Amino acid sequence: MTRNTIGAIIGIALLAGAASAQTLINGAGATFPYPMYSKWFDSYHKKFPTIQFNYNSIGSGGGIQQVTAGTVDFGASDGPMNDTQIKDFKDKRGAEILHFPTVLGADVPVYNIPGVSSQLNFTPEALAGIFLGQIKKWNDPAITGPNPGVKLPANDIVVVHRSEGSGTTYCWTDYLSKISKEWETKVGRGTSVQWPVGLGGKGNEGVSGQIKQQPNSMGYVELIYAVQSKMTYGKVKNAAGNFVNATLESVTEAAGSVKDMPDDFRVSITNAPGKGAYPVATFTWLLIPTKIADPVKKKAITDFLHWMLTEGQTMTAALDYAPLPKPVIAKETKAIAKIN
Amino acid sequence: MSWNKRRRKAVNAIMLSLTALCTLFAAGSLVFILSYLFVHGAASLNWNFFTKLPTPVGETGGGMANAILGSAKLLLLATCVGVPIGFLGGVYLAEFGTSTFSFVVRYVTDLLNGVPSIVMGIFAYSLIVIRQKHFSTLAGGLALGVMMIPIAIRSSEEFLRGVPLSLREGAMALGASKSRAIWTVVVPAAKAGLITGIMLNLARVAGETAPLLFTSFSNRFWSPGWNQPTAALPEMVYKYAISAYDDWHQQAWSAGFVLLTLVLAVNIVARMILSKRGPAAR
Amino acid sequence: MQAFVKRVRNGDEIAYAITFLCAFAVIAITALLVFELYRNSEPSRVKFGWSFLWTKTWDPVAGEFGALPFIYGTVVTSAFAMILGIPLGVGAAIFLAELAPPRISSGLTFLIELLAAVPSVIIGVLGVFILLPFLRIVQPYIQGALGWTPLFAGPFYGVSLFSAGVVLTIMILPFIISISREVLLSVPNDQREGALALGATRWESTWDVVVPFARKGIVGSIFLALARSLGETMAVTMVVGNDPKISASLFAPGYSIAAVIANEFTEATGDLYQGALIELGLVLFALTIVINGAARILVASTTKRGTS
Repeated sequence: MTRNTIGAIIGIALLAGAASAQTLINGAGATFPYPMYSKWFDSYHKKFPTIQFNYNSIGSGGGIQQVTAGTVDFGASDGPMNDTQIKDFKDKRGAEILHFPTVLGADVPVYNIPGVSSQLNFTPEALAGIFLGQIKKWNDPAITGPNPGVKLPANDIVVVHRSEGSGTTYCWTDYLSKISKEWETKVGRGTSVQWPVGLGGKGNEGVSGQIKQQPNSMGYVELIYAVQSKMTYGKVKNAAGNFVNATLESVTEAAGSVKDMPDDFRVSITNAPGKGAYPVATFTWLLIPTKIADPVKKKAITDFLHWMLTEGQTMTAALDYAPLPKPVIAKETKAIAKIN
Repeated sequence: MSWNKRRRKAVNAIMLSLTALCTLFAAGSLVFILSYLFVHGAASLNWNFFTKLPTPVGETGGGMANAILGSAKLLLLATCVGVPIGFLGGVYLAEFGTSTFSFVVRYVTDLLNGVPSIVMGIFAYSLIVIRQKHFSTLAGGLALGVMMIPIAIRSSEEFLRGVPLSLREGAMALGASKSRAIWTVVVPAAKAGLITGIMLNLARVAGETAPLLFTSFSNRFWSPGWNQPTAALPEMVYKYAISAYDDWHQQAWSAGFVLLTLVLAVNIVARMILSKRGPAAR
Repeated sequence: MQAFVKRVRNGDEIAYAITFLCAFAVIAITALLVFELYRNSEPSRVKFGWSFLWTKTWDPVAGEFGALPFIYGTVVTSAFAMILGIPLGVGAAIFLAELAPPRISSGLTFLIELLAAVPSVIIGVLGVFILLPFLRIVQPYIQGALGWTPLFAGPFYGVSLFSAGVVLTIMILPFIISISREVLLSVPNDQREGALALGATRWESTWDVVVPFARKGIVGSIFLALARSLGETMAVTMVVGNDPKISASLFAPGYSIAAVIANEFTEATGDLYQGALIELGLVLFALTIVINGAARILVASTTKRGTS
């Protein structure tokens, strides 16, 4: 038996030790763009077989932490880094961190009300009220008002939210903070917050499982998740006063409404002003240090960014992601030069 | 038949059937989980699963060959860390231990066993990953290895103690030194239990996801050597199970099924080796 | 001197030294782990002090952190799992070791041991999609029978302390069963025969003679199970409800320490938030010390007639 064990060890060590002339670039962060990134990195590897981008979706906060600690070559996040985090990065790494928007995402309100199969309309006041725990029943006038003809029951609303910190939660609470002063002061925005009401579900799967099983429940999930898992979701009234369905177009319009994009691309597009803009939308970013010591890695990363902004953008719709607006792409292309 | 005797017979029958019910419940829940995995996992299982790399979203097919090898490497490292320390520590407790120090060791072992797996991940992260500035198979193997120690120690001690004192005394009466008696008589006699303990232990850490997130990380590709990030089966199960894609759900079940089947295979092989060697095997 | 040389030559001293080192390594590793946790939780310890332990607020946005709801949830779910799991597990072990024919026994044990190998994330997913709907059906009956106690009162949303307890019970069973069975099997046969010869029924010989003989090993298996259930992460977080509130009812959602660490560690940016989560890890560690200690005292006072 000992001989077998030793044989096995040698065998595995040989197999594992078959090193290759590959350049492995590690990245970590946001979960929501993971399918898109995995598709991009795979296509890129097929085009340039010596370059391997290895991306692990550990969460946006994790992406920020790991890129700051220097354990990965790049990070990714659904929420922009705040000023403290950027200063922290500068102190620890002696370089700047750059934000590169890659695709767009959106949160949608999902619900399960027995007997109601139509698409409900939600006003900002109704959403804030429900998540603050002030609107307790489905037949509250704030909900029935914009939904004439839908018979809503007099049952308690069971609120479901994400239990773990997530970019999805950041986007949702960022929106609620913009439309409700009370939410902003009582709860605020963040990847995880102290929820006034509701149950926590782990991951998109946990939230959607809860909602599917629990009558009269409501929650929020990523648009792509809702589309892929065929859930009914509601329209949300935007800043221009229209009830808007979350689609690739309405999300892109929200992104297009940003008139002057800041140079560091850190911008929130929730509650955007455009007529058809969907109000609970967000960019998702790659976080890349300005200084990359290894010249091979540096070239691979900058090449990839150029490719992502051109060929990469044509692949988004197939996976239900909204592509970046043209002006943002032009601005980003210039920003790549900051990596040196 | 006296009333008392009848009562005792009744208690006997009731309690014995209750124990059978308990067994039925435990085995039943497992049979349920296994068959569920089988139905959902085996359906989409094919040769590609074992030979191909994962494909990106939107393309069906592909496999988890890299994750299977990754898990094997992680478990090998974990065994190298956990089993020697755990086994020898168990020998100490069973054969040499002084009462106070043994008490402390046992106590600390229970504490270590209660450390949640994610905290073990944080530990290996701050110990190795932060220092090395990159994720690696090594860090993941260490995290899993430390997790194996407590169970290895306690099960080794338990099974060595189960060996009747007469065997030891017999060996020593024949002139063997204490250490010789342990290695040639006590350990072989307890072998069945010891190996079962290691198997259970490996089975436990084989399914751990949390300690790997920050240590072995993940890898879409093959992981060269021991010092690069690597994929692992449970971590793939986790990632794929909470995704939105039907194809990924399928693959998550397949991966879970494969994970279980591998553990099953290891168990069967170990038992076959045991039953061929020595009377200690049951 | 000569005796010493002889012992070294026999390997006794070397064997002693090596095994001692390994036993000591366990203490060293644990100490290192505690030290790392202690060091990394500094921001939180400095800011909140001891009040961290009895604060009920958990507000990451405002930077206020307290451990009480998590401590409560951890203790309640584990206690519930032990109350269900110990009788089930020991009962099954008795059946497998004492009653079942060897072939059936080893087959069933093999199956049950495999249960320990099911990744906890899979148990979690199955818990959400199969156990919760099942509990929704059963719950009205439990509430009907026991609803008069605050423990089983209130509305039920599926995810709850109760559900987490049931999942934990299933997860700890293989540990109790397989180890207890081995220990029972290693009880010498003359013990059983002696009792049976004296006219005891099968159950009496098992319960009054064999089980006390194996008591220490069984208790050991229970400790392993308890430790496992206190630290179980993935499966619990999927069914416990993840709501940091303290409710008397088992049917209310709750939270556990391991679950909150797993849920929030990856997203915890900033030293204070991360420090608070790591301090929770430290709290869990301390909790394990206290519970283990209490259980040991309990055992010491009841195992006077146990052997080995």
